Amino acid sequence: MAEIALSAKNLSVHYGAHGAVRNVSLDFAAKSVTALIGPSGCGKSTFLRSLNRMNDLIPNCKVTGEIWMKDRDINAPGTDVVAIRQKIGMVFQRPNPFHKSIYENIAYGPRYHGVKNKKKLDEIVEESLTRAALWDETKDRLHKSALALSGGQQQRLCIARSIAVKPDMILMDEPASALDPVSTAKIEELISELKREFCIVIVTHNMYQAARVSEKTAFFLTGQVVEYDSTDKMFTDPERAETSDYISGRFG
Amino acid sequence: MAKSYDRLEGKPHLTEEWVGKAYTFVCIMFLVITISSMVYFVASKGLSTFLVNGVNVGDLLTGLKWNPEADIPLFGALPFIFGSFSTSILAAIIAAPLGFCAAVFMVEIAPKFGRKYMQPVIELLAGIPSVVYGFVGLSVIVPFFRDTFPGQGIGIAAGAVVLAVMILPTITTIATDALAALPAGLKEGSYALGSTRYQTISRIVLPTTLPAQMTGIVLGIARAFGEALAVQMVIGNAPHIPHSLFESTSTLTSAITLSMGNTSMGSVHNNALWSLALILMLMTFVFVFIIRMLERRSKL
Ligand SMILES: Nc1ncnc2c1ncn2[C@@H]1O[C@H](COP(=O)(O)OP(=O)(O)OP(=O)(O)O)[C@@H](O)[C@H]1O
Ligand SMILES: [Mg+2]
Repeated sequence: MAEIALSAKNLSVHYGAHGAVRNVSLDFAAKSVTALIGPSGCGKSTFLRSLNRMNDLIPNCKVTGEIWMKDRDINAPGTDVVAIRQKIGMVFQRPNPFHKSIYENIAYGPRYHGVKNKKKLDEIVEESLTRAALWDETKDRLHKSALALSGGQQQRLCIARSIAVKPDMILMDEPASALDPVSTAKIEELISELKREFCIVIVTHNMYQAARVSEKTAFFLTGQVVEYDSTDKMFTDPERAETSDYISGRFG
Repeated sequence: MAKSYDRLEGKPHLTEEWVGKAYTFVCIMFLVITISSMVYFVASKGLSTFLVNGVNVGDLLTGLKWNPEADIPLFGALPFIFGSFSTSILAAIIAAPLGFCAAVFMVEIAPKFGRKYMQPVIELLAGIPSVVYGFVGLSVIVPFFRDTFPGQGIGIAAGAVVLAVMILPTITTIATDALAALPAGLKEGSYALGSTRYQTISRIVLPTTLPAQMTGIVLGIARAFGEALAVQMVIGNAPHIPHSLFESTSTLTSAITLSMGNTSMGSVHNNALWSLALILMLMTFVFVFIIRMLERRSKL
């Protein structure tokens, strides 16, 4: 049994009276990629955003249940949400670089978390960009605006930005859906690289992507997990009829 | 088929188009003529101080003594220029942080309460006549300053406080729009790195919306610069550069409104007042120009 990085127990999410996620329990193994798939509106993003407490920012959103990280329930009241988000990074569907230079985009997080030394910051910037496979393209323009990068480069910058605060886990919500095929391939390559060190959870609508990058896959339907197994098994021999229908494109 | 073809050829439609075009053209021409004749009028009057009456431009802009009715008349407008700039910039310095914080509160912290109750109240401030502001300033702020600080209470500080309240709606409204227009993804991106709300607002929200915030501030300064009545009521109207913020002084606008009725058209004194108006107008152009530049920057 692999080490568990995070474990959701009976997690439910309500927007007002509307239940978007119901009683989901999932374990995410360290140093591996887990894919969340399912038709639009089934609650994948809602579930993902609950894991690093991003849903706290939505006024009428209520998350109940437990989220265990090591031996702490990070969904319990009184948890330091800000510290949690540093440990669990997030990459969004649309690249969202800050309106700053490439360097400042990366340095933003570490600087806030107490790194003041210029040399140390330089190192973090170089290391993060290198690991996001962006260093060669940006090393000569570190102090130029990040908005001048292409969409794919911006998304890799956002990944570099999350790596820079040294998280344990990175959540990705359709990170490649706004990108062209070449950039998508680069992101997938990057994910395979990053899983040596991080636990990655990725939401995707692209079945091939799920099959290519993930070890395990969870299939969501109307707010519940229908099936959760190794990606190989899910794509070749799923237990449930809904899963095989969805994967083979018969609905969703 | 034939019928619709007829319609294409139909005269009435062409006439309609022509009438519409002509009407909008007339309206535009009317605007252009009004504006350019105003500019021309102010400029010709204002320039005749120099061209007809032979006053030196440099003397007017840098002179410290204003005494147009003396035997040897003096036209030093620097005290007024100084008064206008200092009151309006000080007003912006007071109002800008307040407006930004109010906007942050309304957009980020309590959107429901803010949108429903605070925004209408702040917009209401914009509709209060300036004489009311001046009156309140004279009966509340001036006595307060007189009792608290050395001096007469009237002066730059009182003028700036009154103006700050007057331009607060402008600054707040523009700041609110700027914050609301900020893509949600940017803030989420910052939160997802483990930063607090304070950090996110001060390091992401404020810098990203800065050009728009500056537009609001410059617009506020422009409005304060042109405000006459309320300032005139609390500033004291002595034509000197004051030694403190609580000492009587004047602005360009207050100097004009105070003396305009007592001078005869065509006299040197009257022309000199037009020169002050010309300075006001040129400054307004400068402000508009700055705002244009800022807007272009905020689009990038
Ligand atoms: N901020 C919100 N307020 C209210 N309801 C919401 C909100 N966000 C999502 N929902 C609702 O919650 C349900 C799940 O939405 P969610 O965004 O999690 O779906 P998803 O699986 O990510 O879909 P997609 O694949 O289209 O991204 C939907 O019914 C949606 O309408
Ligand atoms: Mg989604």
